[in-house]
Amino acid sequence: MSERIEQRAPGSEGEEDQIVPSPSPVPEPPERKARSSRRGESVFRFLASGSGVLVVAAVALIGLFLLIQAVPSLMANNANFFTSPEFSTGDENNLSFGIRDLFLVTVFSSVFALVLAMPVALGVALFLTNYAPRQLSRPFAYVVDLLAAVPSIIYGLWGILVLAPAIEPIARWLNTDLGWIFLFRTGNLPVLSGTIFTGGVVLAVMILPIITAVSREVFAQTPRFQIEAAKALGATRWEVIRMATLPYGRSGYIAGSMLGLGRALGETIAVLIVIRASTSPMTFSLFDGGYTFASLIASAASEFSQPLPTGAYISAGLVLFVLTFVVNALARVIAGGKVNG
Amino acid sequence: MRYQRRAAAVGLIAAGTLLFSACGSDNAGGGGEQGGANAAACGGKQNLRASGSSAQANAITRFVTSFEQACQGQTLAYTPSGSGAGRNEFIGGQTDFAGSDSALSGEEAPRAEQRCASPAWNLPLVFGPIAVAYNVPGVTDLALDGPTLGRIFNGGITTWNDPAIAALNQGRQLPAAPIIVNFRSDESGTTQNFQRYLNAASNGSYPQEAEQTFSGGVGAGARGSQGVADATRNTPNSITYVESSFATRAGLGVANIINAGGGAPVPLNPQTVGAAIEGVQVSGQGNDLKLDLNSLYTTSTPNAYPIALATYEIVCSNYQDDATAQGVKAFLTTALSPDAQAGLPDAGYVPLPDRFKQRLTDAVNAIQ
Repeated sequence: MSERIEQRAPGSEGEEDQIVPSPSPVPEPPERKARSSRRGESVFRFLASGSGVLVVAAVALIGLFLLIQAVPSLMANNANFFTSPEFSTGDENNLSFGIRDLFLVTVFSSVFALVLAMPVALGVALFLTNYAPRQLSRPFAYVVDLLAAVPSIIYGLWGILVLAPAIEPIARWLNTDLGWIFLFRTGNLPVLSGTIFTGGVVLAVMILPIITAVSREVFAQTPRFQIEAAKALGATRWEVIRMATLPYGRSGYIAGSMLGLGRALGETIAVLIVIRASTSPMTFSLFDGGYTFASLIASAASEFSQPLPTGAYISAGLVLFVLTFVVNALARVIAGGKVNG
Repeated sequence: MRYQRRAAAVGLIAAGTLLFSACGSDNAGGGGEQGGANAAACGGKQNLRASGSSAQANAITRFVTSFEQACQGQTLAYTPSGSGAGRNEFIGGQTDFAGSDSALSGEEAPRAEQRCASPAWNLPLVFGPIAVAYNVPGVTDLALDGPTLGRIFNGGITTWNDPAIAALNQGRQLPAAPIIVNFRSDESGTTQNFQRYLNAASNGSYPQEAEQTFSGGVGAGARGSQGVADATRNTPNSITYVESSFATRAGLGVANIINAGGGAPVPLNPQTVGAAIEGVQVSGQGNDLKLDLNSLYTTSTPNAYPIALATYEIVCSNYQDDATAQGVKAFLTTALSPDAQAGLPDAGYVPLPDRFKQRLTDAVNAIQ
């Protein structure tokens, strides 16, 4: 996903001069230019393909490292790795760990965050590109981007100390009046703050700037002729958005959302602080507590001294690695094909 | 550029002022004359190194301040890397002594003896009381005992107006609300010691294992002492166990504990914890002051508060290097001085009671 975004991002600075591809200045005499450009060509190709290979190699090596470290612990595991909700590595000779709850908490919190953030990000991006006056849209965009610069520990503390008590009445209302929906049933925590619900809201705020930034850049590059054409047909602003901007930016919007989802899946410290631990298994409710893959690893990181228990956590990391891969692949399938009208 | 440099200078001055004012207040609290009394014990290795328990880190920081004042040019670098790491580094000879939440195990003791070429001693220097902190609207005074606490923390008692709690709190209005238990979700010595207390003092109502993680099976976890204190403050009708300084700072109610003697409920303060420490049994030999903590948890002395975390300094009885021995002795002597002990309550610890302090002083003096 990210490649496509990176390609687009540099051009996005000049939002208006999109139709005319800016001609490169050619002050040099033709023959000298040809020679230097040939050398430049090969150097640049080497650098570019080198970077590409480097990234792929790094990812492959990370995967390999995780696998090598995880295998001995997986062999020594006494519980079913995929279905056991417990994660007990205290006794090196009796490891029993499973990723059921980690997987569920990770997916529930991230998907919930995505559900909250996607519509808001879409609205913000459309507002900035189509509705806001020019003087307002630039500073406004900076403010949204600034959200991405807040350290996650701050989000965590804000989440548990400020947000959690503030949204508890909403949680209570959902739990009492909509408790028949499995998502809002009473979970495995005796409290309604510091749940996956709270964590999801915090994550939504954290991924909002990523989705907004990507979508904004894509929407801003809707070809002017398409917009003009729609206007010429008498389209209202909403119709222009529906007929030109949205179809053009759809894949970028989904790509941005998947980047956001990736951040939510891997978010560590904020989740660790906000979502409270529970002593019983996850019950498929948003009012459950527990650990995500990343927060569990972070919570135990200071105790990594024995290879076998450490390997158990690394195997959890491996699953997160694979999960992120699958999510990205799915996103490509969803967004792919109809790139840019 | 010039502007930046000036800003940096202002910052430096500000930081320096803070630093000096901090020293100043410590001076005022301590009183200069004690320093003179200790000066006799100074000398030896100038830069001591120790590592281990983070539970005693704040106490050690205060001791180091006193040490630097009492003994010019001498200091101690303490790394709070965790008790296990502290013991390993001591056994490996990387540090001069270790801070630890538990005494050397049967397997570690011979290895420590090998490192020292003499027996290693466990000296329980720092005691931190653990508070049972609660947030129950309308309740400002609460008494609990071991068996009741055991059942609260493993789900045997689920509401505040349970007959077992009511029997201990006659004449007080307790709400019919469910009890919400907040526990430490990270591994901690506080959790382990609190569960050991429950094992020892609950008459079997808390048979769960006393590990570093909470095994009561109820409640909601929060991270760190600050985390459980915040969670309890934000959750009405909740209860937790936490170092007393965190409970006080968060403005939580601290339960009075009826100890195994069954007398009146005992409030948590330096005197009551001191009374319990005074009666603790030593299971180590001679100057090895390894404690039998069950005797602390099940104390029946009237007005003795039974829940405290004991942390040790693990030292060699006979250092191979005389300068190190002298340095360690100087530091520990300073730590036992009235000057250094007086600052402990502010940091959430209790000063050592006199008779117990005398035993420690004898042991420290015997270090060679």
